[in-house]
Amino acid sequence: MNNFLPLFVAVPLFISFLIQLLNKLPDVIADWLALLSTLFLAIISIYLIRTNEILIYQMGGWQPPIGINLVFDSFTGVLLTIISLITCLIVIYSFSYMEKFTEKKKYYSLLLLMLSGMNGVVISGDIFNIYVFLEIASIASYALVGFGCEDEELEAAFKYLVLGSVASAFILLGIIFIYGKYGTLNLAQLATYIGNENLINKINLNMIISVLFIMGFGLKAALVPFHAWLPDAHPSAPAPISAMLSGLLIKALGIYVIIRIFFFIFKISLILSYIIMGLGMLSMFIGVLLALGQWDFKRLLAYHSISQMGYIILSFGIAGAAISKNLPSSIALLALIGGIYHLINHSVFKSLLFLCSGAIEYATGTRKIKELGGLREKMPITSLTCFIASLSISGIPPFNGFWSKLIIIIAAILSKFYFAAVITVIVSFLTLLSFIKVQKHILMGELKENLKEIKEVPISMCFSTLMLSILCISLGLFYPLVKTKFLDTAANIILNNYQYIQTIQNFFMK
Amino acid sequence: MKQNNSGMTIIVKTIAKLVIYFISVFAFYITLTGHLTPGGGFAGGAIFAAGLTLLLLAFGKDILLKKFNYSKLNIADSLGALAFVIIGFCGFFFASAFLNNFFFKGKVFHIFSSGQILYLNIAIFVKVAACLFSILLLLSMFRILSENKTSKEKEK
Amino acid sequence: MLIYILTLTLFLLGLYAIIAKKNIIKIIIGLAIIDYAINLFFILIGYQRGSIAPIIPKNSTIKNFVDPLPQALVLTSIVIGFSMLALVVVLAIRLYEKYHTFDITKINKLKG
Repeated sequence: MNNFLPLFVAVPLFISFLIQLLNKLPDVIADWLALLSTLFLAIISIYLIRTNEILIYQMGGWQPPIGINLVFDSFTGVLLTIISLITCLIVIYSFSYMEKFTEKKKYYSLLLLMLSGMNGVVISGDIFNIYVFLEIASIASYALVGFGCEDEELEAAFKYLVLGSVASAFILLGIIFIYGKYGTLNLAQLATYIGNENLINKINLNMIISVLFIMGFGLKAALVPFHAWLPDAHPSAPAPISAMLSGLLIKALGIYVIIRIFFFIFKISLILSYIIMGLGMLSMFIGVLLALGQWDFKRLLAYHSISQMGYIILSFGIAGAAISKNLPSSIALLALIGGIYHLINHSVFKSLLFLCSGAIEYATGTRKIKELGGLREKMPITSLTCFIASLSISGIPPFNGFWSKLIIIIAAILSKFYFAAVITVIVSFLTLLSFIKVQKHILMGELKENLKEIKEVPISMCFSTLMLSILCISLGLFYPLVKTKFLDTAANIILNNYQYIQTIQNFFMK
Repeated sequence: MKQNNSGMTIIVKTIAKLVIYFISVFAFYITLTGHLTPGGGFAGGAIFAAGLTLLLLAFGKDILLKKFNYSKLNIADSLGALAFVIIGFCGFFFASAFLNNFFFKGKVFHIFSSGQILYLNIAIFVKVAACLFSILLLLSMFRILSENKTSKEKEK
Repeated sequence: MLIYILTLTLFLLGLYAIIAKKNIIKIIIGLAIIDYAINLFFILIGYQRGSIAPIIPKNSTIKNFVDPLPQALVLTSIVIGFSMLALVVVLAIRLYEKYHTFDITKINKLKG
């Protein structure tokens, strides 16, 4: 079963180059090739997530620590599943949406390159390999943000590129310091070397490395002092790419690597947890305050992305503080479950919101909230799914956003961080306020004069949005099933990481 | 007497016609002995693309566009990258791991030794040379749109 | 030790060019300087005193090489940095076509 692991990286690369080779054939062939490859990966990832063991694949047959190896555990499995499923639905959505752009084949090549990069970051067992795949995904996303070459999109792509390159430079500098001090790049071996040292109690090289990593990966994850590229880049991209950037890229490249490095390699300490919690609370609060005054639909959704990222990082920070203060491990487990569950939920409902905004833009041609109104008469499916997604993100009971926010608030209260719990409740209320404004202006109300002839969007776009809203509802209703199958094992892996290290050390060369 | 105004003077054109052969041979040498001496596919491809750029600068883009156009370079680019992934998949299906070195490894210090490294170097050479040169060719075809001009060639 | 400090000074100079300059071309040159500085730093870390380059010659038995792993990784890093530079140069040309200026204080349509 561990022979399936390199397929996650190799198959999108293969199909991406194959699409470029068949440049003269019609666009439909590129559509179906992309769809078949993402469907294949989605099926493999659902098949792989049912095991509870750690799978290791040695690239080229070389043993670690000399060779590069790919490692799959439950936390990786959760991320791979959501990446593959949501990319499959986004490819179905782009069948009709990208007809308005000219170069559909290059779009699919870049999308598959970005998918391959994200899969590589999540599945890699080697820290330099994480950097290489991060760069592949980032460069593909810089090109995709400026895809339709209008002036605003090019400006957004340039800003995103310069800021992203500086972040990658800081990450590489951190990796160089790690190699210079410890002499190895394998994640499991670094965990055994570094895990015995005590961190950030005096100024030494480990503190500089941690700060560099927080700066670099914090920019990729859009935490607040490093968030300035996101409100320009995410609205300017075409709608399926916005969904993929906001729903998958900032999690796979930002949050996942922060958890891997700070919970597995560096032993989590109290000051680091406080820093992470502080960044999380700042992101939540500033993101939602800036989102209240927006009148452009996609820019509003981009600011809400920043605020929800703050939720996820806050819960991981609470887990870290609970581990390092030696509180009972059930509290840390609860915070971890809340964080991972909110990560899954946010991918689903934020992608759904961006796809709905794309559908509205496809039908009416505008993104400004003040020019829209009363769309629920003409576009029933889109308005239903937009309504479900808005209720999910605000945290209304039977949908999935409610459960994850509730778990985060309970974990904060149990570990005696009352200030964090109060901020979480206030931000949740402000999110609800912002989305009531959006619903009132877009869906309810009177239909404007120039919008009388709009029709519902084509069927492939409707299919994607309906599937995502069904996923929203079922993740909320079947929460006990989700918890026992996916979240418990993933949270256990993060809490007790000796299992990961032991399994890889069995393969080491003597 | 009509002068051929594209490109540079005749001294540069003559020397470019002569030097391009040396540059090509040097690029092939660095690629093919990539497993014995420093270099390999990327360095050889970059040198070859630099040699083609010398031709572009010396002769002007109209003459060069007759021989290389963007779609041919795109096909060469994709073929090089596909060859790399297919060699990797050969290791996946016929041997133990992806990119496993299961080809025939000859004697040490010969040119046909060390299995798949030679073929991967050649694939990367084709891809990198086609890719770098196509970027420069497209940059030279690009013309800034101003109010009076009506011709503009689209770039990807 | 001095040489590491000089390399990191080169990194900081590139960062200064990105932060403080208004012309797009100067920002691109700052990005290139950052790439060069990091690659140089990476190779310098692998140096052992009194060793030679890690190429096995045909008929001799030299045993102390410098570390070859950073050299392989820097090859990858150079390719990545180069492809990013190619993308940003093309973006700069397209930006000039749309805005007719290279000054970033005048390219600010996205606000709020």
